Amino acid sequence: MIKINNLQARVEEKEILKGLNLEINPGEVHAIMGPNGSGKSTLANVLAGNEGYEVTGGEAFFEGKDLLDMAPEDRAREGLFLAFQYPIEIPGITNATFLKTAINEIRKYHGKEEMSPKDFMALIREKAQLIGLNDTMISRFVNVGFSGGEKKRNEIFQMLMLNPKFALLDETDSGLDIDALKIVAEGVNKFRNKDNAVLVVTHYQRLLNYIVPDFVHVLSNGRIIKSGTKELAYELEEKGYDWIKDENLQPESV
Amino acid sequence: MSNNIKKFDANELYASKFDLFEGKLNGESKSFFHQYRKDALNLLKATPFPTLKHEEWKYTSVKPILKKDFIPASLAEKLEVTSEEVDSLKYKDYESNLVVLVNGIFDKDLSKIDELPSGILIDSLKNVIVNKPELVERFKDKFQKAVTAFDALNTTFASDGLVVFIPKGKVMEKTLHILSISGSENETVLSNPRNIFIAEENTEGKIVHQYVGKGSNYYLTNVVNDFYLGQNAILDYYKIQDEKDESYHIDKTDAYQNKNSVFSHFSFSFGGEIARTDLSTILDDEFITTNYYGLYLAKDKQHVDHHTFVDHAKPNCESNELYKGILDGESRGVFSGKIMVRQDAQKTNAYQSNKSILLSDNAVVDTKPQLEIFADDVKCSHGATIGRLDETAYFYIRSRGVPADLAKSMLIRAFANDVVEGVKIEHLKEQLNHMIFEHLNQIEIED
Ligand SMILES: Nc1ncnc2c1ncn2[C@@H]1O[C@H](COP(=O)(O)OP(=O)(O)OP(=O)(O)O)[C@@H](O)[C@H]1O
Ligand SMILES: [Mg+2]
Repeated sequence: MIKINNLQARVEEKEILKGLNLEINPGEVHAIMGPNGSGKSTLANVLAGNEGYEVTGGEAFFEGKDLLDMAPEDRAREGLFLAFQYPIEIPGITNATFLKTAINEIRKYHGKEEMSPKDFMALIREKAQLIGLNDTMISRFVNVGFSGGEKKRNEIFQMLMLNPKFALLDETDSGLDIDALKIVAEGVNKFRNKDNAVLVVTHYQRLLNYIVPDFVHVLSNGRIIKSGTKELAYELEEKGYDWIKDENLQPESV
Repeated sequence: MSNNIKKFDANELYASKFDLFEGKLNGESKSFFHQYRKDALNLLKATPFPTLKHEEWKYTSVKPILKKDFIPASLAEKLEVTSEEVDSLKYKDYESNLVVLVNGIFDKDLSKIDELPSGILIDSLKNVIVNKPELVERFKDKFQKAVTAFDALNTTFASDGLVVFIPKGKVMEKTLHILSISGSENETVLSNPRNIFIAEENTEGKIVHQYVGKGSNYYLTNVVNDFYLGQNAILDYYKIQDEKDESYHIDKTDAYQNKNSVFSHFSFSFGGEIARTDLSTILDDEFITTNYYGLYLAKDKQHVDHHTFVDHAKPNCESNELYKGILDGESRGVFSGKIMVRQDAQKTNAYQSNKSILLSDNAVVDTKPQLEIFADDVKCSHGATIGRLDETAYFYIRSRGVPADLAKSMLIRAFANDVVEGVKIEHLKEQLNHMIFEHLNQIEIED
């Protein structure tokens, strides 16, 4: 579903991604862990098409299509979704209007008719209940006045509404209390199926008890320096990152 | 005589047209109102049109207007407007009484006024001057005196306009929709309406005033509005200025408010090459509320100017001002807001805010708050911001599948939202959202 080869990117003259490789197949859940500033959000933003990040080398394919060539909206319409580490507030646009516009623009792209207001309301009700958002939040402006945890929940709500093929969750767990974490994880688990894929970025092994990954990768200094199964996450929780960095340095110095 | 060779004097030019104008007034030249005209003519002869040297006009040059020879509407050929055109121009789907002013002259045939609650009057100024002069004469001290050459020009040639009178205790249930259509096929016309709105004690009313253009030539709308609000009167006035792009719009509006009254003035400005609105209110008793809201969209070389003056003369009053501008191309948005809190006006609350978004590097904003406070127990605040579209929000919206141009216009509408949300007529709100969207489509959306 996603294939990334030797991806390099920079922000404001600073090299962040330095040759990153990653492949994700339908039905899989991958987790990326790594120190602050290692480039996790940069990867997420580059994949989503944020023009603030400049791709300087490598390639990325989404279902065989050249992802880096597409406008952000086309990536979304093709089925990519990014849950932001820091969701944006948009005063003046309600969640309902925002989602209605997004859903209908995606449908239009696929040659489908607009969703009827009735179906839209039914969909909202179903997904909001799943994620524990109440009606008043839906009629409020996008993320304005939402608590940190509510914003994260709203990201997952949007994901459920748009039903993407590939969801990138950038630290969706940080800022959530334990109950909210369970609810959000449940939402993601309900979303998962054999045809879609999820990539979660997290600092905490705890999330991975709820959203169980098939693979865990360690991103450090712009590269994936180790990949493993969910057991790797326990090891990281226990030992931190230094041992891998050291381990990783050795082959290069040979 | 060719306009571009001889540099003519605008004051002289317009004064010279007065005899002809007067000759067409017939019996009406004996009315009390005509004395106003003659006084105004003297003022017009003596008062130069404003230049950039005038403090109140330092951001707005009217030179392009003064270079042209505009013909007062009553001397120009009549602009033909059909009722089908009126139907297509006016906003749909909401209940209203309709008044049509063609080049500032009341058109009875095109207007549609249902039976009104007894005593409420909606009529042409011309009729009122002749048939019910006492109605307006009673309030004449409260009406504005001409000060600038534009005011004088208006009064000198004010052959008509609209009078709305809501007597004590009456509610004007239906919204009054005023459609001002200006322009000409063959001439450059000066539309010069003088409108008077009187809402006596314990009255209520809503007025929508839509300005549009017709015909192939540019024109000048030079309108003067007077509002009088008695005790407890509540009046909402929505101005929607969508003149032809190459035309000019000068609006001088004064309001006089009595105790406990609430006056809300909205100015939506879309059209015109130069559009200037001067708005002022005297809060001459206690517990008065004055609301001024404005939203303007400008592109190319459009110039939009709002000058406001809120005069707090008595204690315990409140004023709110919010003006928002969206400026593209080489357009310029001017806001100058003066708040006076006189010595007597303790416990005044006065708020003012001007926010602008620049969509291009060449658009310009001038914003000038002026607070003059002579009382000590007051709450006053003012602020101005100038910004660009929020790039992170723009990316966020696009990342949900919304195309770039729509994402941009959503953000602009979001910016405009708090002004539009203040509109208390649901269909008008929709109409305005629609107009904002249409005007945004004309704005170059570049990436
Ligand atoms: N807009 C920007 N301007 C300058 N530097 C930036 C910008 N965005 C990111 N960076 C830098 O790029 C590096 C990688 O940032 P990134 O956000 O990808 O890290 P991260 O792995 O997501 O970290 P965290 O775990 O703290 O979220 C950091 O050093 C960061 O300071
Ligand atoms: Mg990050």
